[in-house]
Amino acid sequence: MNHAVERYLAPTSLTQALAVLAESGGATVLAGGTDLMPQSRAGRVKFARTLLNIRRVPGMDMVEVADGKLLLGALVTISTLVDHPLVRDHAPLLSQAADHFASDQIRNAATLGGNLCNASPAGDTLTPLMALDAEIELVGLDGTGVLQSRWLPLDGFFTGPGRTQRKPNELLRGVRLPVAPDDQKVAFYKAGVRPALDISTISIAFAARRRDRAILHDVRLALGAVAPTPIRARRTEALLEGKALTAELVRVAAASAASEATPIDDVRASGWYRKELVLNMTQRILEDVGNN
Amino acid sequence: MSATTEIVFMLNGAERRVGVPSTMSTLEMLRDMLGFTGTKYGCGEGECGACTILVDGASVNSCLMFAVDCAGRQVTTIEGLANDPCARVVQDSFVKHGAVQCGFCTPGMVVQSVHLLATHPHPDELSAQRAIEGNICRCTGYKKIVDAIVDAGCAVGDRS
Repeated sequence: MNHAVERYLAPTSLTQALAVLAESGGATVLAGGTDLMPQSRAGRVKFARTLLNIRRVPGMDMVEVADGKLLLGALVTISTLVDHPLVRDHAPLLSQAADHFASDQIRNAATLGGNLCNASPAGDTLTPLMALDAEIELVGLDGTGVLQSRWLPLDGFFTGPGRTQRKPNELLRGVRLPVAPDDQKVAFYKAGVRPALDISTISIAFAARRRDRAILHDVRLALGAVAPTPIRARRTEALLEGKALTAELVRVAAASAASEATPIDDVRASGWYRKELVLNMTQRILEDVGNN
Repeated sequence: MSATTEIVFMLNGAERRVGVPSTMSTLEMLRDMLGFTGTKYGCGEGECGACTILVDGASVNSCLMFAVDCAGRQVTTIEGLANDPCARVVQDSFVKHGAVQCGFCTPGMVVQSVHLLATHPHPDELSAQRAIEGNICRCTGYKKIVDAIVDAGCAVGDRS
């Protein structure tokens, strides 16, 4: 048990929550708790003196479409990503990936903001959101108590395993991404030893625009669990951009994706095996896209 | 010692007021403070589903939920489902199909099945399998449990 927590707060306004975060000593943020509970009990996360439950902050569980963007609050649960009609219609890649997340019980509690701020290189919502050009909003109070907001591309938010650009006084308020164009093709692949409750060995999220089996546009290929953060395979994206998918291009692109992966050996797989997975699964994804 | 917070919430339809340490899990609160031992402690890290409860109608692992976060919410344990018509059908179906052996996973399986049937009254085998992905049984091999859930779905669906 961890006995460091001296104060528990569940504020009912964003400003109150941010004021707590701005205090010296900061606070440990609680949302779904599905990762904080086991990580803190295993001693991998140390509590600050204040445990700050942000689930009573209104408006942070919103799902909306406005000005061609899908807006998702940080408190949206993973189950909502699977089931919500707006997410299914406008971000099918995210919906598909969310369906591979842990188990029903965990999806019902875990939040999008929690998954992003945990910044695991294997986090299930990270690669699809990177492939969909998502941006995140960080909010905090300045020295005079005025709310400041900044938007960052999600690609660039992660700085290492468990580390992000979020400052201790900031909260991730939400995510926005362009609604899927009607000619968008997407694919998500997650490798694990069983379908449920598995931390991915690797994950691949692909998105591109393609009309009538013609050339690919706006190609995005994001890889998870093959580097200290999830990454965009930019050289591979450039290889595919503006091209029609031929057997030769698929082979070259798959080899390129594997060369962009720099995985480590760990309990889930060796680095060599992860690169083989990236190679073979990128090839399969591109073949499927080419055939449909 | 961790700070204690007084929370008020609905447990199985009755209001409860209890002082809980900030880092206590809902499972510990239910079993050790309130004596609701139908909810089982299996792994303590969200892998086994033996501690599944309903919170505001959705199934969650009570071992992963901070007890303080129960404040203001509707919590239902297996005890609270004793007189629930849908849960009754599920339990009878588990008995009929021999879906219970040692019984340790059963409360979690039943709570999770009730959550499935609330949203999918007629689950097929695949949806039943997907629904219990987060529930581990070490005795039955799952076949009888899945049969029991699908059959319960027929019974529940027929009445609605």
